[in-house]
Amino acid sequence: MKDDAAQRHILPLNLYLAVGSGLLVLTVITVAVAQMDFGQMNLLIAMGIAVVKATLVAMFFMHLKYDNRIYMLVFVGSLLFLGVFIIFTMFDTLRRGDIYEEIAEPYQKEAVIYRTAETGTASSHAAADSSHNAAETETETSDH
Amino acid sequence: MEHTIPEKHYLNEATGWKSWLMTLDHKRIGILYMIMVMFSFFLGGVFALLLRWELISPDKILMGPEMYNQAFSLHGIIMIFLFIIPSIPAILGNFVMPLMIGAKDVAFPRLNLASWYIYVIGFCFAVYALFTGGIDTGWTFYTPYSNETTTAVIPILTAAFVLGFSSIFTGLNFIVTIHKLRAPGMTWFQLPLFVWAIYATALIQVLATPVLGITLALLMLERVVGIGIFDPAMGGDPVLFQHFFWFYSHPAVYIMILPGMGIISELIATFSHRRIFGYKFIAFSSLGIAFTGFLVWGHHMFVSGQSDLAAVIFSFLTFFVGIPSGIKILNWMATMYKGSISLDTPMLWALSFLILFSIGGFTGIVLGTLSIDVHLHDTYFVVSHFHYVMVGGTVMAIFGGLHYWWPKIWGRMYNETLARIAVVLIFVGFNVTFFVQFIMGTQGMPRRYYTYLPQFQGMHGFSSIGALIMGVGFLLIGIYLIHAIFKGKPAGPNPWRALTMEWETPSPPRAGNFEGAQRLTHGPYDYDKVVPENALKQYKTL
Amino acid sequence: MNQTTAHPAHLQHHFTDAHQQAESAKLGLWIFLLTEVLLFGGLFCFYAIYRSWNPDMFHNAHAFLNVWMGATNTVVLIVSSLTMALAIRSMQLGRRKHTIVFLSGTVFLACVFMVIKYFEYSHKIHLGQLPGKWYFFEGIAGTNPHIFFSAYFLMTGLHGFHVLGGIAVITWLIIKTSRGSFSPEYYTPIEMTGLYWHLVDLIWIFLFPLFYLIG
Repeated sequence: MKDDAAQRHILPLNLYLAVGSGLLVLTVITVAVAQMDFGQMNLLIAMGIAVVKATLVAMFFMHLKYDNRIYMLVFVGSLLFLGVFIIFTMFDTLRRGDIYEEIAEPYQKEAVIYRTAETGTASSHAAADSSHNAAETETETSDH
Repeated sequence: MEHTIPEKHYLNEATGWKSWLMTLDHKRIGILYMIMVMFSFFLGGVFALLLRWELISPDKILMGPEMYNQAFSLHGIIMIFLFIIPSIPAILGNFVMPLMIGAKDVAFPRLNLASWYIYVIGFCFAVYALFTGGIDTGWTFYTPYSNETTTAVIPILTAAFVLGFSSIFTGLNFIVTIHKLRAPGMTWFQLPLFVWAIYATALIQVLATPVLGITLALLMLERVVGIGIFDPAMGGDPVLFQHFFWFYSHPAVYIMILPGMGIISELIATFSHRRIFGYKFIAFSSLGIAFTGFLVWGHHMFVSGQSDLAAVIFSFLTFFVGIPSGIKILNWMATMYKGSISLDTPMLWALSFLILFSIGGFTGIVLGTLSIDVHLHDTYFVVSHFHYVMVGGTVMAIFGGLHYWWPKIWGRMYNETLARIAVVLIFVGFNVTFFVQFIMGTQGMPRRYYTYLPQFQGMHGFSSIGALIMGVGFLLIGIYLIHAIFKGKPAGPNPWRALTMEWETPSPPRAGNFEGAQRLTHGPYDYDKVVPENALKQYKTL
Repeated sequence: MNQTTAHPAHLQHHFTDAHQQAESAKLGLWIFLLTEVLLFGGLFCFYAIYRSWNPDMFHNAHAFLNVWMGATNTVVLIVSSLTMALAIRSMQLGRRKHTIVFLSGTVFLACVFMVIKYFEYSHKIHLGQLPGKWYFFEGIAGTNPHIFFSAYFLMTGLHGFHVLGGIAVITWLIIKTSRGSFSPEYYTPIEMTGLYWHLVDLIWIFLFPLFYLIG
């Protein structure tokens, strides 16, 4: 059982408390910073702090720092594939209409639930209607 | 030498239906899967034959357009979610993989049984959908149509959702098993290549399937609650559904083919009696396919309205899938070169695989080319490519594997003559059915219609004849394989003179697989060094 | 592995020793966490895409979430994560009573989280800040604000279900611990639940800024 005990890495109490307080301090900071406006940097700052917090949780509470490297690989791997998913999808969603303007058009129209509320803007309804139809014809079952 | 069936084995050590339904033995769970999955194959096959029957003539024979839409949807959904995805990992992976690595069971036997029950629940939802209005969206459930049709979309989505969890649990179980339960002394590079393939498959299963789960859940919520993510009327984007769907479903194509490639590696090495050529290349190409499979999903969406940038990137990356697949094909051929090849039935299936999968793979490169796909999209060329890969690839491998391990599973041998006739029937029938579909596709025959222009009648009729030949072939296989379970000649522990570890056990094996701890004595393909002690070849080759 | 530990009650027959069994369970759990990351990943993708399309609407809509409730919940979850880690540490040291105290603390904090969540939800339901076609709130500028609330309810809702699941499992652990099922040699279920609970915390660490702070 000796090697088992070595693998159990009983961490000192103070370390846990320090990490816990670090997380709380970071929470305070991120809320405080969010009260100010840094424009485009808002997202970056908030996500940066979140990543630091997440790393602390993963490294110390989840013992990734001390455990077998394979768990780190599994965890980082999951984030990697999630990144592929989001980034590759954005290759599409952020760049529609680069060449043909109308391909980008149909989407992101106001939803039908807002239409009943107002009555005076018939022309915009008609535009929305036709674009919905366009969306449907364009996205008819196409797969292989 | 005459063999006998050992007195005690996993099939008779416990008896009664309860001992089957509550079993934790990976071999029995494999057989439970076999029953369900093969029944699904039969069901999907019936739908396939109905489709081909309808297509004999451009007029309505059996079905009108609505019925036809439902029939091809059910054919696709049953074949993909109920048959081909679980087929090799759940049946042969369950039965053979722990034996191959010298383990007594998979890492989590209860989870293994649970995943079978989850599969059965998913199966029930699918059958429920079949009887409550059917489904006419195709197996891809594209929005916005799947959001509007009045057919039983919710039950079938539930079925696919539930089946996904079954797949995840199987994958998780196998990854842990391969990591932690290998026989002492067995390194990663002494694993049989089938195990490598199952491992790569399991990685895809755990990485991709959760996204399918959330996608189907979102689609259900879109239908029920109207959350506005995929429905253009609610401000959503239907093309986003295709991204979500194909992020799973493209890697899922490799869930379908990779284990088949693993089987082929075993068959080629065993029946060429030769050390497999380029072991590490084959092993790593499995992982390579698993990885690149995640980067190419957008090639299903070239004409869906995705951005041009995305289309170009996805088309470019698609070509890279060809590299690991090509590595495998060439290594298998190099293994056969100067080997002493015996043409037993499993090897005939493997050779069929090589020919048909190559055609399927090359036409895949054609379709991955952006400019060509714009013309061939949604034609029979795509249908044919897909079937050459899935039937010509995976189904050939499944049946090769079933014939190869049938004597291990049941301890008895099937009728070799009938088996060879069946291979020929399937091979011929398959090519008759699908080769003309390439030609029809290039001439513009669109998929998913119950009718067509009269100029295609000759080729459609020819194709339907091929489907009938295949149907006869599969029926024949069913008959002699089931006959073999009860009346076949005892096969002995190692009828094929193979070196992987499952052949060191008696046929059928004991409940605990091995007596005591299994030790590694030689590599899986050391044909140049070792002749297995228990290899007394009874069954003459041609 | 010596003879005395060869066959403890919790060792299943197909493992050679307890160490192998514990390692297998842990790897299995990490792979489960991987599937969880990708399950939530679909929703994060949903959020990212629509935020990139409608940054102004997201910004306007996020102002209607209560930062202080969100921040309180963040603190609650972080502390619960700490108590969970300490529960495992106590069991490693063989202090069973401490384990029970820390586990109970975790359950208590999880319940506090859900109660705060309940007040947030009921307020939004009352105002009509609801997902999809149920949305009837007026006063958020920008296109399709209902999609913001679809994302909000889906992501925090799925997270909430995970918290509820955690409460159930940890309660079961408290019962098992008080019956003496665990020891410094065998505490795998507590360790596994701990990893799961930290992941739930981890996901909230990202949900909180995405919805409450920057929208």
